Amino acid sequence: MFKFKHPEYVPVHVLLIIGSIFMLFPFIWMIATSFKSQDEILTTSKSIVLLPDLARPSFLNGEEETARIERKKEEAKAWEAEQAKPQAERNKKIQAPFHWFDNYLFALKAQPFYRFFLNTIFVTLTVTTVSLFFASLAAYAFAFFNFPFKNTLFMMMLGTMMLPQQALLIPNYIFLSKLGWVNTYMALIVPWLASAYSVFFLRQFFLQLPKDLFEAATIDGCTRFQFYYKVVLPLSIPSMVTLGIFSFLANWNSFVWPLIVTNDTSLRVIQVGLSYFSSEAGTRWGPLMAASTMTILPLVIGYFLAQKQFVESQATTGMKE
Amino acid sequence: MANKRKKDWGAYLYLMPTVVILVAFHVLPIFYSLAVSFYEWDLIGQPEYVGVGNYSRLFDDPMFYKSLWNTVYYAAVSVPLSIFFSLIIAMLLNNPISAIGLYRTIYFIPVITSINAVAIVWNFIYHPDFGLLNKILAIFSIDPRAWLQDPTWAMPAIIFMSVWKGLGHNVIIFLAGLQNIPRHLYEAARIDGASRWQQFRHITWPLLSPTTFFIFTISTIGSFQVFSQVYMMTPRGGPLKSTMVVVYYLYRKAFEQFEFGYALAAAFVLFMIIFACTLFNKLYLEKKVHYS
Repeated sequence: MFKFKHPEYVPVHVLLIIGSIFMLFPFIWMIATSFKSQDEILTTSKSIVLLPDLARPSFLNGEEETARIERKKEEAKAWEAEQAKPQAERNKKIQAPFHWFDNYLFALKAQPFYRFFLNTIFVTLTVTTVSLFFASLAAYAFAFFNFPFKNTLFMMMLGTMMLPQQALLIPNYIFLSKLGWVNTYMALIVPWLASAYSVFFLRQFFLQLPKDLFEAATIDGCTRFQFYYKVVLPLSIPSMVTLGIFSFLANWNSFVWPLIVTNDTSLRVIQVGLSYFSSEAGTRWGPLMAASTMTILPLVIGYFLAQKQFVESQATTGMKE
Repeated sequence: MANKRKKDWGAYLYLMPTVVILVAFHVLPIFYSLAVSFYEWDLIGQPEYVGVGNYSRLFDDPMFYKSLWNTVYYAAVSVPLSIFFSLIIAMLLNNPISAIGLYRTIYFIPVITSINAVAIVWNFIYHPDFGLLNKILAIFSIDPRAWLQDPTWAMPAIIFMSVWKGLGHNVIIFLAGLQNIPRHLYEAARIDGASRWQQFRHITWPLLSPTTFFIFTISTIGSFQVFSQVYMMTPRGGPLKSTMVVVYYLYRKAFEQFEFGYALAAAFVLFMIIFACTLFNKLYLEKKVHYS
């Protein structure tokens, strides 16, 4: 995998690999645990066993699910009876049949995670696209027009970036409850459609575009809005992609705001659902790890895919300069 | 021409969506919450004006002081630790080695994952009986501990996890800063016979100080606002309230005990503290920053 052209850098690689293991191990352990039965998690308590027992039956049959659960209940009773027996006999413990994805099924049954996913995807995509559109309009105005109170407005926007979020939570909650928006999608979406950070970010980029292009286009009879969507937008795709990734991540992982403005199960986003599931599942570590994996994995996969796009977009902008 | 531009109210068509939402949800609420902090209000009944009553109550509240102390403890340990480790990793990555992209991706993964999911995983890692940490310690025959249930260890455990989570973010910023330092400086230093430590002490550290200052300021602000990991890992403020931090305290006051005025007073005190810290950083620490 690595080509050691320079042997003097071997210690550097060693240190970085130790660090990488440290960064990744919690995730590896999470995924490994998500495939283990409760028995396995409890009995392997003395040693670090990563791989689940591969000898287990690994097929899945939805139709037989209820019958199997009944069987498991009986086996649990038998296991309890077994507990009363002396130690030597107890060691030959009954192996409850456990399928690879049982923890995932448990989690999906305990909480409507598919619904949380749909909510999260809907809210995240809406907020990301609409806020990018609004921010690019505002940044366009700040970069190309002169208008009354321009500097005042810009300073006010920068000011909102310095205020702590928690000071906003309570008054916004009060305001939303007056509007009757608590427990609606509006509460999850509308307050985040404007982002001072995005406006600032895009304005900096738009200012780099040649101003005479704008003058020339307006003389040729191009309207301001035409210039915006025919020239400015196509030229700023790389920075829009970067900003879009930031925005998507922030919204997917947003937790405190949705926790406060929704308490209806059908409106929960994935982060809030996970937090409820965590207090509900208690010490059922298998299903908990399965739920965590389901929350984390889409983002990590998306990050790996976008990473390429990300690097490529940066490379192309670099070549234009 | 300038006069004609002055009347360009049409620009507001472009600004309107952003400005309306920012004013409604990010500007007015600040003034509103300042006002409510002078009232006693449970959101349902009539607000009752109490003047500075909430603030004077706050300064007599031992739990508020405790939460403030815990927050300072969290910030004072987690910020330097994170800066120390991320600087080391960034300096390792700043060598002309292969697979840089892969390393960067790996170190960045904890940053993109949500704090909740990660907190659940670490809850399990810290578990007294089945947790990974105790298993690893057992190899070195160190006695197991109930990390999150022990008043001495609960906060260090949360700090450790938070440093792990935020490391990659600082690594990327440090790396960008390191790459801005001109290579020829190191070459000149090597010709003059400077040791690696001397190169770090006299070239890297001073020239990197704007980046370090930026990370220090941002992380301090962030660490004073710590909430999610505390909420997820140590419900109810932890053993003997040893992880009760200010934001968790005001969250409980507002959304569990419905003392909105009181909670907002706490929020403003926290805001003033953060503001004072940022000002101190700006006025005092930034003098030591080397801007080329």
